[in-house]
Amino acid sequence: MIPNEAKKRLIQIVGAENYDDTKAGRLVYSYDATPQFQSLPDAVIAPRNTQEVAEIAKICNEYRIPIVPRGSGTNLCAGTCPVEGGIVLLFKHMNRILEIDEENLTATVQPGVITLDLMKAVEGKGLFYPPDPGSMKISTIGGNISENSGGLRGLKYGVTRDYVLGLEVVLANGDVIRTGGKLAKDVAGYDLTRLFVGSEGTLGIVTEATLKLIPMPETKQTMLALYQDLEAAARSVSKIIANQIIPATLEFLDQPTLEVVEDYARIGLPTDVKAVLLIEQDGPKEVVERDMKKMADICRSEQAVSVELARSEEEAEALRTARRAALSALARLKPTTILEDATVPRSEIAKMVKAINEIAAKYQLKICTFGHAGDGNLHPTCPTDARNREEMERVEKAFEEIFAKAIELGGTITGEHGVGAMKAPYLEWKLGPAGIAAMKAIKQALDPNNIMNPGKVFAKSTRKRVVVTR
Amino acid sequence: MTSKTDQALIQKAFQERMDEDELMNCMRCGFCLPSCPTYIESGQQEAQSPRGRIALMKAVVDGLIEPDEEVERSLSLCLGCRACEQVCPSGVRYGHLLEEARDIIAQHKRMPLHVRLVRKFVFAGLFPHQERMRKAASFLGWYQRSGLQTLVRKTGLLRLLPASFRQMERVLPDVPTAKELKNRPHRLNPDGSAKKRVAFFTGCLMDTMFMTTNDATMRLLQLAGCEVIIPPSQGCCGALHGHGGEKELAKELAKRNIAAFEQLDVEYIVTNAGGCGAFLLEYDHLLKDDPEWRDRAAAFAAKIKDISEVLVELGFHQLSLRVAPQTVTYQDSCHLRNVMRTAAAPRRLLQAIEGVEFREMKDADRCCGSAGIYNLVEPEMSMQILDYKMEMAKQTRATTIVTANPGCLLQMKLGIERAGLTESVRAVHLVDLLLEAAEGAQAARGEERIRQTS
Ligand SMILES: Cc1cc2nc3c(=O)[nH]c(=O)nc-3n(C[C@H](O)[C@H](O)[C@H](O)COP(=O)(O)OP(=O)(O)OC[C@H]3O[C@@H](n4cnc5c(N)ncnc54)[C@H](O)[C@@H]3O)c2cc1C
Ligand code: SF4
Ligand code: SF4
Repeated sequence: MIPNEAKKRLIQIVGAENYDDTKAGRLVYSYDATPQFQSLPDAVIAPRNTQEVAEIAKICNEYRIPIVPRGSGTNLCAGTCPVEGGIVLLFKHMNRILEIDEENLTATVQPGVITLDLMKAVEGKGLFYPPDPGSMKISTIGGNISENSGGLRGLKYGVTRDYVLGLEVVLANGDVIRTGGKLAKDVAGYDLTRLFVGSEGTLGIVTEATLKLIPMPETKQTMLALYQDLEAAARSVSKIIANQIIPATLEFLDQPTLEVVEDYARIGLPTDVKAVLLIEQDGPKEVVERDMKKMADICRSEQAVSVELARSEEEAEALRTARRAALSALARLKPTTILEDATVPRSEIAKMVKAINEIAAKYQLKICTFGHAGDGNLHPTCPTDARNREEMERVEKAFEEIFAKAIELGGTITGEHGVGAMKAPYLEWKLGPAGIAAMKAIKQALDPNNIMNPGKVFAKSTRKRVVVTR
Repeated sequence: MTSKTDQALIQKAFQERMDEDELMNCMRCGFCLPSCPTYIESGQQEAQSPRGRIALMKAVVDGLIEPDEEVERSLSLCLGCRACEQVCPSGVRYGHLLEEARDIIAQHKRMPLHVRLVRKFVFAGLFPHQERMRKAASFLGWYQRSGLQTLVRKTGLLRLLPASFRQMERVLPDVPTAKELKNRPHRLNPDGSAKKRVAFFTGCLMDTMFMTTNDATMRLLQLAGCEVIIPPSQGCCGALHGHGGEKELAKELAKRNIAAFEQLDVEYIVTNAGGCGAFLLEYDHLLKDDPEWRDRAAAFAAKIKDISEVLVELGFHQLSLRVAPQTVTYQDSCHLRNVMRTAAAPRRLLQAIEGVEFREMKDADRCCGSAGIYNLVEPEMSMQILDYKMEMAKQTRATTIVTANPGCLLQMKLGIERAGLTESVRAVHLVDLLLEAAEGAQAARGEERIRQTS
């Protein structure tokens, strides 16, 4: 609950039109893209600038009101679900591209800018912003930074972290700090920029970001390799990289995923093969041609039944769009779609894929797998129905085994979706008690009253996937 | 204001009638947000997005929230354009959810007497009765021709009406005289040998206020080589009823239409209004719980085809077509595009006309804000959406804006007025332009007039 006095002061700052505590107004910010999680905030606030954000933080800190920063709510770890109530902070007014600096190859943006809008804006100047999460048409830069999102191009170009040069952050007590800047080299003190990237809104509020841009690659080619054997596809991935080729994109989709994606996109994807790899290379023309040829040969040597080059950019874009839609398309199968994000070193991809299939069989579940194979980042996804409690328990157990297996293979519980409320109970598996303690010490130092997105990253209890409603 | 007891009734009906699977199918990915005009125009308010609306409907079903004013507000601000369905990877049939929710609210909400009377008059008294539609139209015609319109406009009497009605009054088409609103022919022969036998769905509004467009449609079908059957017992499609929360009436109208067409031995039932076509196409959904009618409705729906698709199939675009040189842009009718999935055919036809320089406008597939009677009940949002649309249209420098639905056509005319472009830009229905082009080509060949019926 927000005390009346605090409410009054908050309204004074942002104006009544930017403060909403109607039931419906709160309800539509009670969820994100994570299945099963829902809880009402006490109010929804849309500040217009950094100054307002800072004043809001001060008041919230004083009254111990939780703050949940929210981009477009497309995260898949219940990161924006206000599990402890408080206010949801929207950045819909703070959505301007402030500067594209062609000399220093940087862009400075507000957190509410939609990822695709930024990409298009820099492309117009012959520049390239590589991080491309599947949700880029909707997600915001603030959300991307806070989740450290990856994308189809992660293998060659890295993830959001690799493009954040500097940040303006409002801390829990209302202090405004700046980290990094336009410099390529800067070792003055701790690297706070990296600390805030991926911190899921638990350490501070990103109000501005300076991002690195690179020149647009000269050309790009796309191909699709089809397999009748799942593990052969996975082996091709390791073999391509072992051959010292780093493609821009190396994506994996298994048959059940292909079927639903085709049902959605209707672009003539094959649905009678066991797996496909979507492969892209970009760069100078000769390099692209050489790499594509080499990769095609490798795929064939690993029993790919066919390897086809996209004939046009439209065809290539259709393939990429189809891949990006994989997750939501899987939601066609059953009402609830539980998607996970297990990541292993890429040399272990084949083993991981095999293990997932065995675990699915053991628990009598349908688990579809797709993902950024080149990064070792897989998304085993289980279409299920939350109303079936018995099946939900099996899903729970199966995913526990999948995580355990990922860690056993030297991997992690999440490669890009973040911990949020969803994975919090498993974090200790990965970090150990000392790792958790170190992280908690940082949190304690920056947010002693625990108002920044509480209930995320660190688990309070061993509660797992349950619907929370306040 | 909806009282607490009304709210309780609405909530109960939601729990009984809303399709829970469909609600759960929304996995809240947000893919639909960038295509939703109300989300964009409201400055990105989640409550004005499909994802938000689905969440609200589900919350009412789950008992998390009462169907209060805010919920109603969110649902009534939706255009029902169904752009969100096109992009939804999970295949959520949002349109059906919205229709059901609106019907429940309309049926349980106690509305003020005058609203109830108007609704009753429009939904039950006027639209279902073709002869009354004709009378109303001829009254409008009399109003326009008797000098009364001029008088009313001069005296400023119109200022008594809400702005949205006033604007509409200005752009209403000149309706035909009572004599012209004669009974339709029941059958037309093709020009030359018959390539296909089709039925024509005349619609109610189309057949009165837009009678010339209907005539043009039939003429085009003849020119394309169709024998055209026009069953006299058909009537209003019921789309306004279905979308306006009068589902039971819509069902009655559907049954009447199915019965009127099912005995005919025709390949297609041709429509020339996206709004009607899309509703006819979903009669099987409307009657899904009626064992007697379900299959009959499906058979009927399977035959529905928009005129542009039929014309392209019959190679009409290969005939010679010609108009005076002009720049043309096309505004998609939402339901034509998002439900009937017709987008390429109209463009193909337009591009086949000699003299037409076709220029695609940005966001041509975004709703124009007309949306049934939305422009009358939600004028503010509607005009905001329309003004954006006109900006896009202006950028193409088009002198002709083509649409394929009466509501959109009127809205475009309104937009042209608002943008002060009456002198330089016109809005026409696709079929009217096509007939103009066919006549143009013929005139160029020195032949006699092509326009004739029966
Ligand atoms: C269909 C689909 C595909 C996806 N594909 C990918 C993918 O390929 N790769 C990938 O990595 N992710 C993917 N995601 C997950 C998600 O889209 C990303 O995590 C995205 O970056 C979230 O952006 P958002 O703007 O929606 O942020 P939100 O979901 O609103 O927020 C995410 C987190 O960031 C915090 N936050 C938001 N803004 C700020 C701010 N200004 N300051 C501080 N904290 C803030 C929030 O508190 C929350 O913890 C996908 C999701 C979906 C639904
Ligand atoms: S695109 Fe479909 S599944 Fe995704 S939020 Fe919108 S309606 Fe729901
Ligand atoms: S029908 Fe149109 S206005 Fe309504 S939610 Fe869908 S896209 Fe938005």
